[in-house]
Formats: sequence, structure tokens, C-alpha cells
Amino acid sequence: MPDTLIFGMEVFLNGLMAGVLYALVALGFVLIYKASGIFNYAQGVMALFAAMTLVGIMEGQVPFAHLINAILGTEVHHFGWHIPAFLAILLTMGVMVFLAWAVQRLIFRHLVNQEPIILFMATIGLAYFLEGLGDIMWGADIKKLDVGLPQGINTAIDEVTYGWFGYGFFIDNLDIVATVIAALLVVVLVMFSQYTKQGRAMRAVADDHQAALSVGVSLNFIWIMVWSVAGFVALVAGIMWGTKSGVQFSLSLIALKALPVLMLGGFTSIPGAIVGGLIIGVGEKLFEFLVGPLIGGATENWFAYVLALIFLVFRPQGLFGEKIIERV
Amino acid sequence: MFYREAGDFKTTYVDDGQTFPIKFDRFRYYIVLAVAFGIIPFLINDYWANAVFLPFLIYAIAAIGLNILVGYCGQVSLGTGGFMAVGAYACYKLMTAFPDVSMFIHVILAGGITAAVGVLFGLPSLRIKGFYLAVATLAAQFFLVWLFNRVSWFYNYSASGQISAPERTVAGVAITGPEAPAWAAYLFCLVFVTASAIIARNLTRGAMGRKWMAIRDMDIAAEIIGVNPLTAKLSAFAVSSFFVGIAGALFFAVYLGAVEVGEVFGIQKSFLVLFMVIIGGLGSIFGSFAGAAFLVLLPVLLKNVLVGQMGWATDLAAHFEFMIVGGLIVLFLIAEPHGLAQLWRVTKEKLRLWPFPH
Repeated sequence: MPDTLIFGMEVFLNGLMAGVLYALVALGFVLIYKASGIFNYAQGVMALFAAMTLVGIMEGQVPFAHLINAILGTEVHHFGWHIPAFLAILLTMGVMVFLAWAVQRLIFRHLVNQEPIILFMATIGLAYFLEGLGDIMWGADIKKLDVGLPQGINTAIDEVTYGWFGYGFFIDNLDIVATVIAALLVVVLVMFSQYTKQGRAMRAVADDHQAALSVGVSLNFIWIMVWSVAGFVALVAGIMWGTKSGVQFSLSLIALKALPVLMLGGFTSIPGAIVGGLIIGVGEKLFEFLVGPLIGGATENWFAYVLALIFLVFRPQGLFGEKIIERV
Repeated sequence: MFYREAGDFKTTYVDDGQTFPIKFDRFRYYIVLAVAFGIIPFLINDYWANAVFLPFLIYAIAAIGLNILVGYCGQVSLGTGGFMAVGAYACYKLMTAFPDVSMFIHVILAGGITAAVGVLFGLPSLRIKGFYLAVATLAAQFFLVWLFNRVSWFYNYSASGQISAPERTVAGVAITGPEAPAWAAYLFCLVFVTASAIIARNLTRGAMGRKWMAIRDMDIAAEIIGVNPLTAKLSAFAVSSFFVGIAGALFFAVYLGAVEVGEVFGIQKSFLVLFMVIIGGLGSIFGSFAGAAFLVLLPVLLKNVLVGQMGWATDLAAHFEFMIVGGLIVLFLIAEPHGLAQLWRVTKEKLRLWPFPH
């Protein structure tokens, strides 16, 4: 087999793995958009904030340490304890639920019936706010996140492929774990929205606010729940990306990567988010591998957007999106 | 009492159609112009020019440009940073290729080139709407920044990958380069701001602006009453990009002098200008100025108070600024979705009736 083809296959597999991670972020977008019609730009920052909070709780950092030190002139940084990962994840989830409540209570309750674009802008404002809040609470330095997920090259795949092609594929264990977790997450989310009472209420709200309200669904509760679920997805995405590349500002930029995924898949479709993520992941890795060297490299920055743009010109609602019907 | 239209009679159609029909508004406008052109240049120093006036003026042009697209035509764009980069690099290439041509012409040509690029990236808007379009303009943002980073022709093969403005003069006075006096740079930008505002104001009052607003309010209905969406949308992209390109050219040549594209014209810039438009008020020229002034002055003020007065570390103050800007945007959207311009309108309404409440 020619080398290019073998390398290409490796790139393809790695692209699939990266695509899963994109899909994970995109999932959070889809959930909120479906249930409340809000396009939540802050999803990426929520992932960053969740990861920062997780690290902060695990390391026993004092929240707002810098602020307290600046105002009171003290020198506090750590409580001096370490909390096991599992407990820390639960605590972080608590913080995310509180955040969901605060967001719903303080922002979106006041913006009911506004134009979608206004809601979108509000989430950009929220993203800025959360970014500043995260940095003030936990400090802006790059943190290492380790919750005990396996990392490094998967030797089994390396050996098997070496036996087949005479060349061992490099697949990160973390990517495999991420894929499994993402698949589980999707199954759980689909089960939740299909078979539980709250899940059905959520879909009812997504379908028609007023009709849902009239049969006794509490909009307030559903919206807080949706934001909590999105916070949970953000936490999972934050753990994955944070373990992969450290908890730092660039984590919030994955939200931008999730946007073309959404456009490809359609804003309202969970399978769309998955398929879109895989297409973008594979597409940008293969493009970088095949065409990148010819035109100067680093094409990953824009390829996804241009792909989505070209795609949208032919199918404006995305792959699985609901057909857009406009009436005057 | 202070602010009234009573007694201000119009006898000709020209009078009736003027930009500021109310006498008080007109005089206020003349006074602002007189102060800006006649007094500030004599008082300005380097700190004030670089910290306040130059960024304010340049962002005001960018905000006017984006406001035409988002506020008047309803096409949300997140590609402002990329289009500003086009203006900056076009200006740089022109400045270095034709050193003898006046800076005014370079900046205007840079705007023209940006307009062409804007139309190109505006083409998908004919098929894509709303959020999808907003995300599609991100393609412009990332692709353009990447292009200017990778293709060395754009930065004349310089080793650092940066572009830096050579010294150019207007009427014997340096406008660009490190030797340029503050007042000259200020006046140069002011001329462009004034011209942009007048052009934008009149465009939005005329047939073109009405077509844009018809498209914004309901594009299908607009099409039925005879507005051509192709020309309306593309002309909005062209005019908007023209102003944004001028802002980019001035930002590079006059304000910063040297630019690294990823840092200066990144996605953050797109959001910053968008925030100016939202906080100032969508669909208002005055709002563009108000928004630009607000978001330029706020960091300066915060920095002076937090770092200068309270002695906080700069990074802590920067994080605080993020929180405050984000919080303010949300607050504005909740309290006054139409921005500072609407507050000003309400104030005028109150002044008209003062001292009576109704």
C-alpha cells in the first residue's frame, strides 16, 4: 500500500476522533437552541468555566483569591486540601446548575419574546462575563487537568496496524475514551428526551411555548433544566478538552469551531451535530494533510467555515435541519 | 422649553429635507464640528490622541459601517475584523507601491478594495439568513486573517510578517509613521469621520436606506413591493465594507503604525465593533458614535480607576473589564434593546415637553 494512503487513513481516524469532540460541544448548542430558541454563544466559555471550576475545586483553590488579596491585602491562595475527582465533578455540576439558575433568572427571564438576534447578543455578553468571572475566580494561568482518564498512544492499535501495514497508527487513548463517552452521552440524552417526563416536557416547550404552558409545563423549570443539561455537556467537553490541551483561554474558542458543525448539521438536530462534527473533523484534517502543505499550512483555522459556507449555499437549513418555511 | 420645534418654519423643500430639521439640533451639530475642528487640535497631546481620540474616531467609522449592515439592512456580520484587515493591507500595499500618491487617495482606495471583498463575502447572504449568515461571515474573518498571515506578498516579504506604515505626508505634515504629530493624525481621521457620517446619514435617509430597511424588516415582503434583494443586500455589504475598510486602513496607518494581523484584526475586534453597534443603538448613526465613545472610554476609565487609584494588578483589572463589558451588554439588552441612541431620543422627547411631564 502506498505511504500516502496509509498516512491518509491515520489522518482520517484522527479526524474522526477530533470530530467527536467538536460534536460534543455542538451538542450543547443544539440542546439549548431546540428547547428555548436561544443560540448560546457562551457554550464554549461554559466549558472553559466548568473545567476551571473543576480544577479549582480539585486543587482546593480559594475562589476570588486575587480579588480578595487585592482588596484586603491578604495572601490567600489555597485551602490546602485536595478533593477526589469524582466528588469534584459533582460539586462542579452543582456550580453549573446554580449558573443555569442564575442565567435564567437574571438574564433570559427578562428577555422573553425578544428577537432571536437579541438573545444571541445577550449570550455573547454572557460569554464575556463568564470569561472574566472565571479568570477572577480561579486565576488566568494555564492549568493541568487530570481526572484519571487514560492518555498517550494506544499500543494495541499501534501493534495491530503495524502488523497489517508495517506502520503503527498513532491514536490517543484519550480520544477513544472521548468517543465512548460522547456516544454514551448522546444515548443518554436521546433516552432522556424520549422516555422521561421532564424530557417530554422539554420537547413540548421546544415545539410550542404557549401550548406547553397551557397544559401545565413550567417554562421556568424547563429552561433552568435545559441550561443545566447544557452545563453538564459543557462540563464533559471541558474535561475532555482540558485533559487534552490544558485548561486555558483557547478552550473557549472551541465554541467557534462548533459553529460550522452546527451549520452543517442543522441547528435543531442532535444526529446532525454528530454527523456534522465528524464531517468537519475528518474534512479539516484531510484537507490540512493533502492540500495544506501546498498553500502554506494552518488551514484548520478556516477550512471548517468555508466548507460550511459552501455547503449552506446549496442547502440553507443544513443536513438535518428543519426546512425553513417563510411566510409574509 | 430648551428644545422645541415650534416657531421653526420651513419655506422651501430644501429646508424641509435637511439633515437636522430642528434648530437646536443644527446648532449643536455646528458647535460639535467647530470644537472638533477648531479647538481640540490645539489642545491635543500624544496621550489623549492615542488613548482616546484616535481610537474613538476610527472605531466610530467602523461602527457606522457595521451599523449600515446590521442595523439598517439586518444582515448580522461577525467578519468586521477580517474586513478591517483587508483595508489595512490594501492601504499598506498601496502606500508602498505608490509612495507619491496622497494618503487620502490611498485610504479611499483601500475602502474601495474592501468593498469589493465585502460584496464577494456578501454573496451567500442571498441564500443564507439570520444566524446561519452570522456564522458564514466568520468564514470571511478566519480566512482573511489566515490569508494575510500566510501569503508573504501581502506584507512585502518582511521577515517578521508584520506590516508597518512608512512616513507619508499631507501638505508637508507627516500623517503616518512615528514622527507624525498628534494633531495631524487627529485631523486626518476627523476628516474621514465627518465625511463618513455625512455620507452614511444621507444614504440611510434616501432611497437606498429605505430599501435596506425594507429588507431588514421583512425581506420577502420587500421583494414583493419591488425591492431587489440582490442589489439591496450587496449594496449594503459594499457600503458597509467600504467604511470598515477605511477604518481598518486608518487603524493600521495612523493609529497603530505597525500591525500583526492575527493580534489586531482577530475575532475579538469583530465582537468589539458589534458591541459598539448594539450598545450605541442599531440603526442609528448617532448611536455608532455613542457606542464607540462608550467602549473606548470605558476601558480607559476602568484602568485609571482600578489600576491607578486602587492599585490593582493590570491583569486583574483586565478580567474585571471583561465582566463589566459583558454585564453591561446584557444590561443594555434587557433595559434598552435600542441602545444609547434610544436613551438620547427619550431625553429629547422629555426636553421638548419640559417643564411639563406630559
